[in-house]
Amino acid sequence: MLELVNVSKVQGGQVHIHPTTLTLERGSLNVLLGPTLSGKTTLLRLMAGLEKPTEGRVRFDGKDVTGVPVQQRNVAMVYQQFINYPAMTVYENIASPLRVAGEGSEMIDREVKKVAELMRLTPYLSRTPLSLSGGQQQRTALARAIVKKASLVLLDEPLANLDYKLREELREELPKIFAASGSIFVYATTEPSEALLLGGNTATLNQGRISQFGKTITVYRNPRDLITARTFSDPPINTHTAVKDGKTFVLAEKEAGGKGKPHKITIPVPQHLAAIADGPVTLGLQPHHLSLEEPFEKAPTLKVRTQVSEIAGSESFIHVLFGDKRWVMLAHGVCNLDPELDIDIHLDTRHLMAFGADGASLSGNAG
Amino acid sequence: MSTDTATTPAVAKPADTPHVSLAHTDEKRNWSSIIILTVYIIFLMVPIYWLIVTSLKDNLEIMTNFSIVPNEWTLKNYRNIFTDESWYSGYINSALYVVMNTVISIVLALPAAYAFSRYRFLGDKHAFFWFFTNRMSPPAVFALPFFQLYSAFGLIDTHIAVALAHCLFNLPLAIWILEGFISGVPKEIDETAYIDGYSFPKFFVKIFVPMIASGIGVTAFFCFMFSWVELLLARTLTTTAAKPIVATMTRTVSSTGVDWGLLAAAGTLTIIPGALVIWFVRNYIAKGFALGRV
Repeated sequence: MLELVNVSKVQGGQVHIHPTTLTLERGSLNVLLGPTLSGKTTLLRLMAGLEKPTEGRVRFDGKDVTGVPVQQRNVAMVYQQFINYPAMTVYENIASPLRVAGEGSEMIDREVKKVAELMRLTPYLSRTPLSLSGGQQQRTALARAIVKKASLVLLDEPLANLDYKLREELREELPKIFAASGSIFVYATTEPSEALLLGGNTATLNQGRISQFGKTITVYRNPRDLITARTFSDPPINTHTAVKDGKTFVLAEKEAGGKGKPHKITIPVPQHLAAIADGPVTLGLQPHHLSLEEPFEKAPTLKVRTQVSEIAGSESFIHVLFGDKRWVMLAHGVCNLDPELDIDIHLDTRHLMAFGADGASLSGNAG
Repeated sequence: MSTDTATTPAVAKPADTPHVSLAHTDEKRNWSSIIILTVYIIFLMVPIYWLIVTSLKDNLEIMTNFSIVPNEWTLKNYRNIFTDESWYSGYINSALYVVMNTVISIVLALPAAYAFSRYRFLGDKHAFFWFFTNRMSPPAVFALPFFQLYSAFGLIDTHIAVALAHCLFNLPLAIWILEGFISGVPKEIDETAYIDGYSFPKFFVKIFVPMIASGIGVTAFFCFMFSWVELLLARTLTTTAAKPIVATMTRTVSSTGVDWGLLAAAGTLTIIPGALVIWFVRNYIAKGFALGRV
């Protein structure tokens, strides 16, 4: 069990990590999700012991390890860049943590060959890392992390520099491989979809603060605040300010294009938001809860103006203007709409999220 | 048939013309570059050729004839050098202090360069630059204080004295070159090694040094060269026991005049170590000149 207790990191007067408390269970898969510069790497380095926290304690299995050097921490780490020892063969690269630990050569040979087989590196064992492809280099780095059987495995965007197909493959295999080891597994990524595919727990990180930590699917479905919702949405979540007035949300906004008189639009308050108090709120809706087809009978509609259509094969992202706000809508299949077109879109208000003035979620369960 | 022959070239021409003219200018450029290079290389090689040829003549021929190829080949000059201890010990002395200097420079420069590359500390940039300014002062400035200081410690006429004196300009150079090579290694490799369990000294020797081996090779070459060719400090700090070859060469002036042949042979032998070392590091030398920042 890894515990961070009020851990913070300040460097050169700049706050990299605000006081953070986090508990990671043994044998769990944890995703650190956040945009670049949100502090993911710093947090990983604090967990590893590569950096000392400015304040706070790090505990491992109840033991305070705050000042313990990384050599004595039993951690493994894989970086986004392919980091191997260029002067050693792949075999020696994988064997390196075992060699330092002073294992017997027979045991080393057995383990290295086993892991190499697992990572499909067997044919390349006698080559040097730089003569391999990017994917093979990163598999070497991963193999070195696996062979160590560390109790804490930290992966810093390990698949970001790999091509699509390899990424898919490894993303599927990695959790299985590490789950068998019973170690704590921390995976930093910028991609919400990667967090969802990996499952486990997710901590959303923004500007050095963890905004929410919990089961990945819970964090995704019930973000605690607007920042979490924004971090955990790709394309970005669509938001708009509104005023709750009894059984309706009133969106006082200029219509598409921003010309003409302000126009009051009302949306009936869905069941799950009925309990919140009247007053100003920020509404949020994921791109896939906006649609061209009616999701259910009498779903509220909005008039928007199309901007750009991005076709991603099986789905299309349609950027539209609602008032002066740019929204993104997910459409199924290839959907290429001309720009500057006035269209009606439907809101799946069953998934509508509402946030208060401080950004905290008001939705009980947006399911 | 006649129409065929008439149309075919007409059709082919527009497509061919630019191609032909391109090939033509390419060829022209090729020739001119070959000629310019040849002239330049000849210009550079003439003195060296002359030195070698002179070393294979006897003094009489050197003084009387102007001959491009020796009329009478002789190895007498070389035999003289290899049999006379006062001559060949000059080479041994030079080689000794040059090797000492190279080893001292690299052993001291490696940790310094690592610190400059990896850590930020108060005044690091200024210190780094100040090191390099040591190279800007002529050795003559230091000759007198060095002579006095080394005399005070009884180091005059020892190899280590020259080796240490040459650190004055070789150490900053070594730090600069190595810093460039070290900065080219991502610091994540250092961290990965610590995570794997390596202690700092073990990591440095087993992982880091092999990784920048080419940089160390280039640095060694530069230290070797600068120390090998330096005359002033080497001559000031030695009298007999550690006298370098460059100082011995000034000995050829005697009452009977200058022994040109012997001098040329000594010069030829002095070039050889440098040429050998260049051969070994030829692939990395450009990177070394750019101080590793390529």
